[in-house]
Amino acid sequence: MMTKISPRSDLLMLVLFTAAILTMPIWLAPIGAGYPDLLQKFAIFGLFALGFNLLFGLTGYLSFGHAAFLGIGSYAAVWSFKLLGMNPIPALLFSVVFSSLFAVAIGYISLRRSGIYFSILTLAFAQMSYNLAYSVLTPITNGETGLRVLQSDPRLFDSTSEASGPLISNLFGIEMTGYSGFYFCAVLLIIGFYISQRIFRSPFGMMLRAVKSNQNRMSYTGLNTRPYTLAAFIISGTFAGVAGSLLAVTDPLAGAERMQWTASGEVVLMTILGGAGTLLGPILGAGLIKYFENIFSAYNEQTLHAIFSFLPDFMEGAVVSLASLFVGEGWHLTLGLLFMVIVIFLPGGIMEGFNRITKLFRRRPSRVGKRTGHSHSPASANAAE
Amino acid sequence: MSIIRRPMNRRSLLKAGAASSLVLATPTIISRSAWAETNFRNDPTNSKTVTFGFNVPQTGAYADEGADELRAYQLAVKHLNGEGDGGMLSTMKPLSLNGNGVLGKKVDYVTGDTQTKSDAARASAKRMIEKDGVVMWSGGSSSGVAIAQQSLAQEMGVVFMCGLTHSNDTTGKDKRRYGFRHFFNAYMSGAALGPVLEKEMGKDRRAYHLTADYTWGWTQEESIANTTEGLGWETVNKVRTPLGAGDFSQYIAPVLNSGADVLILNHYGKDMINSLTQAVQFGLRDKLVNGKNFEIIVPLYSRLMAQGAGENIKGIYGTTNWNWSLQDEGSKAFVKSFGQEYGFPPSQAAHTCYVQTLLYADACERAGTFNPAEVIKALEDHQFDGMGNGPTLYRGSDHQCFKDVLVVKGNENATSQFDLLEVVEVTPASQVTYDPEIFGGELGPYKV
Repeated sequence: MMTKISPRSDLLMLVLFTAAILTMPIWLAPIGAGYPDLLQKFAIFGLFALGFNLLFGLTGYLSFGHAAFLGIGSYAAVWSFKLLGMNPIPALLFSVVFSSLFAVAIGYISLRRSGIYFSILTLAFAQMSYNLAYSVLTPITNGETGLRVLQSDPRLFDSTSEASGPLISNLFGIEMTGYSGFYFCAVLLIIGFYISQRIFRSPFGMMLRAVKSNQNRMSYTGLNTRPYTLAAFIISGTFAGVAGSLLAVTDPLAGAERMQWTASGEVVLMTILGGAGTLLGPILGAGLIKYFENIFSAYNEQTLHAIFSFLPDFMEGAVVSLASLFVGEGWHLTLGLLFMVIVIFLPGGIMEGFNRITKLFRRRPSRVGKRTGHSHSPASANAAE
Repeated sequence: MSIIRRPMNRRSLLKAGAASSLVLATPTIISRSAWAETNFRNDPTNSKTVTFGFNVPQTGAYADEGADELRAYQLAVKHLNGEGDGGMLSTMKPLSLNGNGVLGKKVDYVTGDTQTKSDAARASAKRMIEKDGVVMWSGGSSSGVAIAQQSLAQEMGVVFMCGLTHSNDTTGKDKRRYGFRHFFNAYMSGAALGPVLEKEMGKDRRAYHLTADYTWGWTQEESIANTTEGLGWETVNKVRTPLGAGDFSQYIAPVLNSGADVLILNHYGKDMINSLTQAVQFGLRDKLVNGKNFEIIVPLYSRLMAQGAGENIKGIYGTTNWNWSLQDEGSKAFVKSFGQEYGFPPSQAAHTCYVQTLLYADACERAGTFNPAEVIKALEDHQFDGMGNGPTLYRGSDHQCFKDVLVVKGNENATSQFDLLEVVEVTPASQVTYDPEIFGGELGPYKV
């Protein structure tokens, strides 16, 4: 972790982050997560959590309705596919416009209150959006069945040769599925990370942190905080909208369940699990939760038997039946336990865990450095960071 | 200077490392997609086993069905691999399978939870295709989810064998070349129910629909309303209810004052259990409206739901794809081996999933390859028997099976906790067959 914040350390962080994200297909393969769909989910939900963190991590305003923007982004993107064609660029622009418009409206009203009242207001708006999408606005959203692109849709800018092809989003001929879809999401995640980093370091970000630490004091000094919080809310909502449109880009389908309160809760979990207010934390949290959802939920008794086959028979049966409580449909249970452990022992999330570990390593070599006075090996300097 | 240079060295090292790993990554990525180009996806030729994916709802309103489907899939895999008593492999005609897996490869399987949500189902299916390398996946219980997965099948070029899905759209306007349905549909339910309703309830009735608000509910409501209006019934109202609503009292109370004398519940799974139970609790069945006994109809029935609804299902009419009490050889063999394995009889959901798995495996065997384009051709217009529904046709023009439909009634004097449905009539396939043109839709290409 970077302790001193300088333009150079920020640049290094960005470069490392970029490298890590782009090489995910390689280093995630050994743990069974290196397949395109999950990688896309990592990138998309990483972006979603990154945006959520700009609001929650910086200003402390806990929005319980961020999934609404995710859903709006998805619907906007699918409508762009239906009307304009399968290119992801207009879909992204569409969803940015719509999600930010909704964010202005919802933020303008919700930000009149703070704390729990703000959370409840955002939750109420998200549930309203969900119910509208689910049953009231079915001509626009196609309700429970979900909105899909059909062969009969106008798709104005698709040439006739594409019109009969598969209904997959494509960026000037590159199909947005599989690894190319992942790299598209990854590039946006990296851009999002860069924006987030700039906001963290900017005077605007400082102002948001000040709102978090003591909003009353800010008001007493004669400063109107609402424009700042509203701006943060809109940026954050737009991030969610872009994430939602990426969901539609990689898989041209939008369903109301994306707006459900469980989805809003999920992003809160991701952010807290990873470490609210840190740059990298939310992305780690998002990755962890998506990993659990996709990998742990797929374990069944057969796979467990294969894992524990080294045990003697009578023990194997017992261990498997115990372990099967925590995998398959029980993956929520595992996630819940993990969440409890982290919140109790590491209130700052995974990032706090990292910081503690790096601190452990940092102290020793620096003491050595002081004692010997000069020239410690580059290897120990490496470990120090 | 030395203090600055040292971290600089480390940084350039890290940068170089990151850059070189990126360069290293590129060929693997490119070669991977290049490999996929030359052949069909997840070709198991070089592997000793072949993997099937079973994607069922393990949570949500259809979880009971999902659990039973999974049992059936596991049983089917056992039988394909030559374990157990073989089940329907001994009654299926024609049969190319010989109990040593499929094309000599042992069958493996992976499972997933659809959560009865299109998003989750597609994510789970993609995991099976991209990570576990399945050649076919199957599962069901919600038509919305089935349709979403079917279009994924077409995009990915991997066959999807629909489990329980009853919407007309699955093999109607949303049909796909890579999707197949053995289960019957709402249109057939209507066609089979019509004559029985006419006989039991007459021609002068007023019907009130409560409908699950998604593709299946919509098409069933439409099909049943068409049938009943054809009989001369009047449709008083059609009310849409959200899937998984739990409490239906707010929807049932208005029925009492609507002047309707028949309530049609287009609900399934836990929704049907709840709405039926509440309708009975509201005393609907004891009412006399327009001088007639108030009746409730559940067009799509299943034994699992009947079990959940308990006493309330007595005397209520509906249709079902299959029931364990059938006495043909195929049904008896399946019920016997399912019962031996799990200690209770299978549901219709289990039956259709079991049959779908065997049919796919048999088609691979007949095609002599796992190449989906060939397997699809082997399944299209395939005629078979001995799978519990009499002679059946897998129609090539819409990938829908045509077979007899059972009209059932909640058993008034059940002899056991499983003996809940009484078969009133077996409507022959010819009576429920329709022209595929009426629903439109496009299957799409063989090769994707």
